[in-house]
Amino acid sequence: MSSIRIKAKERNGSVDVKTLMKHKMETGLRKGKDGKKIPEHWITDVTAESGGKVVFAAAFNTSISKDPYLAFKFAGKKGDMVKISWKDSQGKTDSAETKVK
Amino acid sequence: MNRRSILKAAGTFMAAAAAVVAFPRMVFAGYNAKAFKNPKMDDSMNELFGSSTTAPSGEIKLKAPDIAENGAVVPIEISTSLKADRIAFMVKENPNPLAIVADIPAGTQSTVKTRVRMGKTTQVMAVVSADGKLYTASKEVKVTIGGCGG
Repeated sequence: MSSIRIKAKERNGSVDVKTLMKHKMETGLRKGKDGKKIPEHWITDVTAESGGKVVFAAAFNTSISKDPYLAFKFAGKKGDMVKISWKDSQGKTDSAETKVK
Repeated sequence: MNRRSILKAAGTFMAAAAAVVAFPRMVFAGYNAKAFKNPKMDDSMNELFGSSTTAPSGEIKLKAPDIAENGAVVPIEISTSLKADRIAFMVKENPNPLAIVADIPAGTQSTVKTRVRMGKTTQVMAVVSADGKLYTASKEVKVTIGGCGG
């Protein structure tokens, strides 16, 4: 299952996108039970594409909350596809796609 | 070089120039460690925008709670009527202030909403780059329980 949940809804030519990515977003400042710092591990880049075009791109720091939430709006219409993908500090990636409602 | 090849070369050049003009913001910043892993806000801004000269603007709306009970999850929203191409958000007294940078291509509205971590009560600031200038809006958020681990 994908780690990403997307909701995309059109209103007056503008698509409202809300997305939730499941990721622990470890800051590198927290200590584990053994008293050692837990190494940082977080999503660095998020890209949103629609119709073969990048419609939104963001870069995150470790200060973005766990299981990041991101919302934005772009010009589009009902039935368009929106694809969200992320990349984390360990080079892992994931993506998900949804149809605009 | 005959006339035909000159014309062809000129044509190619014009097409390339037109492409650059038509898509001036097709390059996305992506994660930049120099900007993000940096305790100084001015240095981060120089990395991101090539400048740290900012002016406050009433056209930026920065929504953040007055009091955040849990610093681990502080909802923020930035929107502006300015024609933004890039929006950044900083938390002044976090170990690394810069939290998020969003690139706004043409056709996308100048708005971004997310949730950030805050270590303690401090100023938060939205930086909007529009028409080659930097505009800011800031606000103080009181934090009851910090959210940066430790």
